[in-house]
Amino acid sequence: MSQALPVLKAKDFASDQDVRWCPGCGDYAILNQVKKTLAKIGAQKESTVFVAGIGCSSRFPYYMGTYGVHSIHGRAPAIATGVKITNPELDVWVVTGDGDALSIGGNHLMHVLRRNVNLKILLFNNRIYGLTKGQYSPTSEIGKRSPSSPMGSIDPPLTPISIALAAEASFVARAVDVDKGLGEVLERAAAHEGSAFVEIYQDCNVFNHGEYSHATDKDTKEDNVLRLVDGEPLLFGKDKDKGIVFTDAKPEVVTVGKGGITLSDIAVHDESDATLAYALGRLRHPDFPEPMGVFRSVQGNRYEEQLLKQVTDAQESRGVGSLDDLFNTGDVYTIEEKNGTHQLHD
Amino acid sequence: MAGQVQNKNDKRKTLARQSAVVRFAGDSGDGMQLAGTQFTDTSAIVGNDIATLPDYPAEIRAPAGTVAGVSGFQINFASEDIYTPGDKVDSLIAMNPAALKAHLPEVKHEGIVVVNETEFNKTNLKKAGYPADYNPLDDDDFLDNYQVYAVPITRLNQESLKETGMGAKDIGRCKNMFALGIIYWLYDRPLETTIKYITSYFTDKKGKPEVAEANIKSLKSGYYFGETAEMFTERYQINRADITPGLYRKVVGNEATAMGLVTASRLSKRDLVYCSYPITPASTVLHALAGMRHYGVKTFQAEDEIAAVCAAIGVSYAGGMGVTGTSGPGLALKSEAIGLAVMTELPLVIVNVQRGGPSTGLPTKTEQSDLLQALWGRNGDCPVAIIAPKSPADCFDTAIEASRIAMEHMIPVIILTDGYIANGSEPWPIPKADDLEPINIQSLPPIDEENKFEPYKRLDEKLARPWASPGNKGYEHRIGGLEKEYDTGNVSYDPDNHQKMTRVRQEKIERIADVVPPLEPHGDMSGDLLVLGWGGTFGAIHTAVERARGKGLSVSSAHLRYLNPMPSNLGDVIKRYKRVLVPELNTGQLRLLVRSKYLVDARGLNKVQGKPFLVEEIEQAIDLMLVDGFGDHEYLMPRNHKVRGDRHAYDFESNEGRAK
Repeated sequence: MSQALPVLKAKDFASDQDVRWCPGCGDYAILNQVKKTLAKIGAQKESTVFVAGIGCSSRFPYYMGTYGVHSIHGRAPAIATGVKITNPELDVWVVTGDGDALSIGGNHLMHVLRRNVNLKILLFNNRIYGLTKGQYSPTSEIGKRSPSSPMGSIDPPLTPISIALAAEASFVARAVDVDKGLGEVLERAAAHEGSAFVEIYQDCNVFNHGEYSHATDKDTKEDNVLRLVDGEPLLFGKDKDKGIVFTDAKPEVVTVGKGGITLSDIAVHDESDATLAYALGRLRHPDFPEPMGVFRSVQGNRYEEQLLKQVTDAQESRGVGSLDDLFNTGDVYTIEEKNGTHQLHD
Repeated sequence: MAGQVQNKNDKRKTLARQSAVVRFAGDSGDGMQLAGTQFTDTSAIVGNDIATLPDYPAEIRAPAGTVAGVSGFQINFASEDIYTPGDKVDSLIAMNPAALKAHLPEVKHEGIVVVNETEFNKTNLKKAGYPADYNPLDDDDFLDNYQVYAVPITRLNQESLKETGMGAKDIGRCKNMFALGIIYWLYDRPLETTIKYITSYFTDKKGKPEVAEANIKSLKSGYYFGETAEMFTERYQINRADITPGLYRKVVGNEATAMGLVTASRLSKRDLVYCSYPITPASTVLHALAGMRHYGVKTFQAEDEIAAVCAAIGVSYAGGMGVTGTSGPGLALKSEAIGLAVMTELPLVIVNVQRGGPSTGLPTKTEQSDLLQALWGRNGDCPVAIIAPKSPADCFDTAIEASRIAMEHMIPVIILTDGYIANGSEPWPIPKADDLEPINIQSLPPIDEENKFEPYKRLDEKLARPWASPGNKGYEHRIGGLEKEYDTGNVSYDPDNHQKMTRVRQEKIERIADVVPPLEPHGDMSGDLLVLGWGGTFGAIHTAVERARGKGLSVSSAHLRYLNPMPSNLGDVIKRYKRVLVPELNTGQLRLLVRSKYLVDARGLNKVQGKPFLVEEIEQAIDLMLVDGFGDHEYLMPRNHKVRGDRHAYDFESNEGRAK
C-alpha cells in the first residue's frame, strides 16, 4: 500500500443526520460503542457498509457516515449477502432487531449463518415491537401484556443464541447495551472471519423499560451476569465466588468453598464446544446468571471466498471465457450459400 | 447386414415436403425429450429452419403408463421460414397406449402414427384408461383415418441388444434411440450428429463406452428397420431452408437468456451475480449460469424468492450486475423488494418465466398472465420497465436490452418470457462479440469540499441517479425504502417532495420511450385489421397474418417488445386500422392496457389452456373480426381449436362458449 490509511475517530463515523431514537433508548449506547469500535479497529468509511431491515434498530445506517442501506423488513441478511459476495473486500454489518431477525426475517438469519458469510450481525433484542407501538415480539415472555395481547401473550419466546447455534453460526456472542462488555464483544465480532452473531440486550425506554435491569443495575448485575472467558472457569458474582457446574449435563449454581466445591469443580468455558455453548444459552434469569461474551467462536470456510474461489478455479482450469467462446459453445454449424453444403464444427 | 440393403433397389418414393411436424411421445422416463432434442439438432444442422415445443408433466415421474405421465416433444422443421412448432402433427411416435391417447387428437387426418406395438398389452391399455377389451390397434376407425405403423419397438430393440450382455432395464433405456432411428429414416436424416452426441455423453463424459455402443446400435437398428422392413411405403425429404448464410447454433430460450445476461455483464463491465430460488420453468437459467463460472459468473441459490431478489439488490448496490430469475409465484413474493429497488433507484433485472397461474397453477405449462402483475403488482405507485422476448433466440437480445435499460437508467426491469419460449428452441445466428454495443454507465460526478456528493441528483435527461457503490471514497451515502428527498436522498416526509419523487419515478420510465424504436407494423401501414401481440405469441400471430394476407385480406400485425413504456407511436399505429385484435395467453391483460390508454375498442382472442396458440386459431379469429356486424363480445377459446364469438357465458358442461 502506497499510502497509510487515515486514522479515524469515533465521531468521524457519524453522519450529518440527527439521531431520532426516543430519549434514553439503548440504541444510543450501541451506536456510540459501534463508532468507537470502528475507530479502534481502523475501519474506513468508504469500505464499511451497514445494512438494516425495518424497526427502531434498523434506522441505524442513517446515523453512520459509512455506506448504508435501510432496507425492508427482515431482509437485511439477504441484501448484505449480495453486497458481500459482490465485493468481499467490504466490511459489512447487519443491524436488526428481535422482530426483524427472528420473526419476519427468521429464514434469512438461519441461512446467512449456516453459509458463514463474513458479516457482522447485531441483533438488538428489546423483546418488544417498538416502532409499531408496543406489541409483543418473538422474544417476549409468555404472559406479556401488550396492545395486541391484552390478556397476555400465549407465544413461547425464542432464544436468539439457540437459534444462531442451531444454524451452525461460527461466532455467537451476547452483550448488554450499556455494559462495558459490549465493546469487547464488538471487537471480537469484527475480527472474526465468518458470520458473527451478536445478541445485544437493549432497553426500550418507552414500551419495555427495565426489561434487563437485572443485567444493568449496578448493585445486582454481577450476581446476574456470567462473563464468559475462553479457557476460564464459569465464575460470577461480585466476589467471583459463584460458579456453574454441570451434573449429568444439568447446570447448577454453586459457591466455591461451600459444600465441598472447589474451583476445579467449576465448568470451564470452551468457545469451540457447541454443546456447551447451547447449554449456556439456555441459562436464564432468575434461576441462573445470564452469560455474556462469546459463546462460540470457530473457524470455517467463508461463503464469499468459496464462491470467488470457484470462479478463479474454473478460470484457471478452463481459461477465462470470452464472449465469442460462449457464443460458439455446443453444436455450431455453418449455413453456406444455398445449394452449398452444411458443415458441423467441432 | 441390414445396412447393406441399399436404396438402389428400393422402389419406395421419397417425397419432397416444405415442412413437417413430428412429435415424440412416451412415458416421462422414456427419453422422449432426448429423442426430440436430437432430432432437432440434426435438423438444424442439415439447414432446416426449426421450432420446438417440449411438453412434459409437472411430476418428474408420474405413474408409468398413465396419461398424466406422458411426456412429449414436438418439432416443426422446414425448408421455409417458420415461426411456430406447428399446429397439427404429421408424424406421431407413441411409445405406449397413454402417449397415443394423449396426443392422437393433434395428429392430422391421415397423418403418420408409429406406435410401439409391444407396449399395447392389456395392462398398459388399462393404465391409459382405454375401455376394457378395446385396443386402438384393432379399431378400424383408427386404422382407416391414420397411416398407422405398429412396430414392436421394445421387442426389436431387445433383440438387437441381446448380445451386449446388458440387463433388460438398461436395454429398455435404449429404445428411444430405436424409435429415433426409424424417424431419421422416415425423414431422410443423417445419424452423425446423434452418434457424436451419444459418444461424447456416454463415452467421454460418463466413461461408459458400452452404453454409448448400445445406444448407437439401437439408433442404427431403428434406422435399418425403416429401410429394410417394407412397412413404410414412402419417405420424406425436407430440404434446407433459405437461411442467411453464416454460423449458427440451436438455442433454447432459457439458455439464450443466460447468455444474454453474461453478455450484458461484459458489455457493462459489471460482474454478474445471478440470485435465484429454484422454480419451474426458470430453473434452467440458474443451471446454465451456474456452469459459467469461468466467464466470471457468480450464482447464488438463495433460501427463498425474497432472499434471491434482495441479494440481487445487494449486488447492485455493491456495484455488480444484480439479476434474479423466477416464475409467477416467485414474482409475487418479490414484489416488496422490487419496490425497494424502485425507491432506491438501483439497477435490477428480474427474469420472469411465466407459467400457468394463479397460485401454483400449471408449473410446466405456458401462459402470459403476469403482465399486469409485472406492471402493477406492488404497493404504491411503483413503476418498472417491462420487456418481453418473442422467441427462444430473441431471449438473448432481450436480456441484453433489459440489462442495458436497468443500468443506464438506474431502474428495475422485468423480462417477461414464458414457458413456451423458455423451453423452445430455434436456430440462432451467432453474433460477434465485437459487434455488440457497449452498455454505458454514467461515471460519478466530481466532488470536492463545496460540492458534496448528492446520491439522488439526476445525471442526465434519463433522470438516472449516480451509481455510487461502496469502496468509492467520499461518496458514502445511505439509501433505503423511506421516501427520499430530491437531490440529497435524505429521508423526507415533505408532501411536495413525495409528489415530485413519485413523478420522477414515473418519468424515468416514460423517458425510456425516447430510446424505444417506433412500432413498425408488419403488412400495411393501415387497413381493416391490426393483430397486436406481445411475447411468445409472436410466431403464431405472424404466421396467421401472413396466411390471411396470402388470401388477400387487409390484415397487418404488430409486435410489442416494450410493454412499459410502450413505443410512443403505438396510439397512432392503432388508429390507422379499423379494428384491433389482441391475441393473448391470458384473459385480456394487454387488451385492458391498450383500451384504457388509447381508448380503442380492441378485441381479444384469449386462450388459457397451458398451450401456445395454434396458427389456425388466430386465422379463425381474424376471419371473425373481418366479418361485418361483430358484436361486443370477445373471442373465446373453446376446445377443438374452433374460435367462437361468444364471450359472456361459458357452458361448463360442454366446455363451449354460449352467447348470452
